[in-house]
Amino acid sequence: MLTRLFDNELLLGAAQAAVALALALLVILLARREQVHLERDLTGALLRGLVQIVAVGSIFLLLLQAPVWITGFVLMGMVAAAAAIARRRVNGIPGVFAVSLYGIAFGSGLVILPMTLLGVIETQVTALIPVGSMIIASSMNTCALALERFRADVETHAAQIEAGLALGAAPAETVTPYVRSAVTASLIPHLNTLRSLGIVWIPGIMAGMILSGADPVYAAVYQFVVIAMIFAAGGLTALASMILVRGRVFGASEQLLIRQGS
Amino acid sequence: MNSDSDTTALRVEALSRTVMGAKLLDGVSFAVRRGEVWAIVGPSGAGKSSLLRLLVRLDEPSAGTVYLDGVDYRELPPRELRRRVGLVAQHAALFPGTVAENVRFGPRHRGVELSTERVEKLLAGVGLSGFRHRNVANLSGGEAQRVGLARTLANEPEILLLDEPTSALDETSREDVEALIRSIIRENELTCLIVTHDVAQARRTADHALLLRQGRVAEKGPIEGVLGAHPAVR
Repeated sequence: MLTRLFDNELLLGAAQAAVALALALLVILLARREQVHLERDLTGALLRGLVQIVAVGSIFLLLLQAPVWITGFVLMGMVAAAAAIARRRVNGIPGVFAVSLYGIAFGSGLVILPMTLLGVIETQVTALIPVGSMIIASSMNTCALALERFRADVETHAAQIEAGLALGAAPAETVTPYVRSAVTASLIPHLNTLRSLGIVWIPGIMAGMILSGADPVYAAVYQFVVIAMIFAAGGLTALASMILVRGRVFGASEQLLIRQGS
Repeated sequence: MNSDSDTTALRVEALSRTVMGAKLLDGVSFAVRRGEVWAIVGPSGAGKSSLLRLLVRLDEPSAGTVYLDGVDYRELPPRELRRRVGLVAQHAALFPGTVAENVRFGPRHRGVELSTERVEKLLAGVGLSGFRHRNVANLSGGEAQRVGLARTLANEPEILLLDEPTSALDETSREDVEALIRSIIRENELTCLIVTHDVAQARRTADHALLLRQGRVAEKGPIEGVLGAHPAVR
């Protein structure tokens, strides 16, 4: 119906957003009737989401006019932002920003670069930035999960780690079991995604491609390609960040620096 | 080098540790000769366990240092120091796996694989003959502490540090483990520092005592002199 009323795409988008917002407002009103006050949180989140996503759309508009090499800088900026966000979730590990930065850059870079050179990711701004951002965002989550699990395990097993140190073991060897469990734990969400693909959820890229008229089978295959790239980047990020972090929980004289409550 | 320094196994000089403004140890100095057994006594929070952790550099001193056989321990690689000065903690903190894997841990990390005979001998030494294949998850507290002791002795340390080795055990195990410790120290002529809050245990085990109060040395010397002058060290 809306498509018949609006010829202009921008006006159509605004109308669609208004209808979606009206739906959200309806939820707020219904919740209010049940004494559940969502108005402040939900209104703020909705407006923020709208502004952010329109801003991203506008940036895309600019990027579409820009040369492809610009995307390299955009993706690097995303990696830095991802490292800063991953770092915020993990306290108590010295130099954790650098670990996150190098881990995410290594994991996502080692997937984005060869996949672009091989033509799996098209060398267009419209492909590089959305696919790249998905890979970087997923690497960020994997990195944060791995670091958080590692820190928690080291804190919990501080007595065993120090027993190993006291017996003359190398610091890295005393934390090997916790490196392994952190990598495994950080990849569980990816494994669940792969297992449930197509059964529990139809992910964004496939949905978007079908909506824009692409062949559903090609959309499905490309979705798998993207998820496989996300998994690969996540695995590389987790491994790299664990290799980088395992030495950082020890001081210069091979002393454990983080303990419960530190 | 005079004869006194020849026989000094460990010399602690003005050792201090401050954490977030709190002085855990404040200028602690004493010297231990080879073959001496020192009891580190004092009330809770006096810095007894902090002192042992500093002696194996699990923590870093804020000031002062330790000489091992006349060598400043900061000049030694930490792993060499920790092999030469063995620490048995209050809780054994065994590694998941078998008793034998725990006993082999230290030597394995410096490229030495202990033979089955050697493992059995070490286990027999702590009264655990035939325990080689046992999973450490199935051990009692007393048995775990004995494995912890055998695991440290497998490194053949020159100095043995025991941090309240019996305080986490029930009464029967406590007496057994204490008797075992005494016989191991005697038979191996070990230089030993034992942290204890139990004055009677200190008397039974040690020949010298270091009394700490609020991180400082309140008294040191032959055990009867120290404990006689301060009967209530708790």
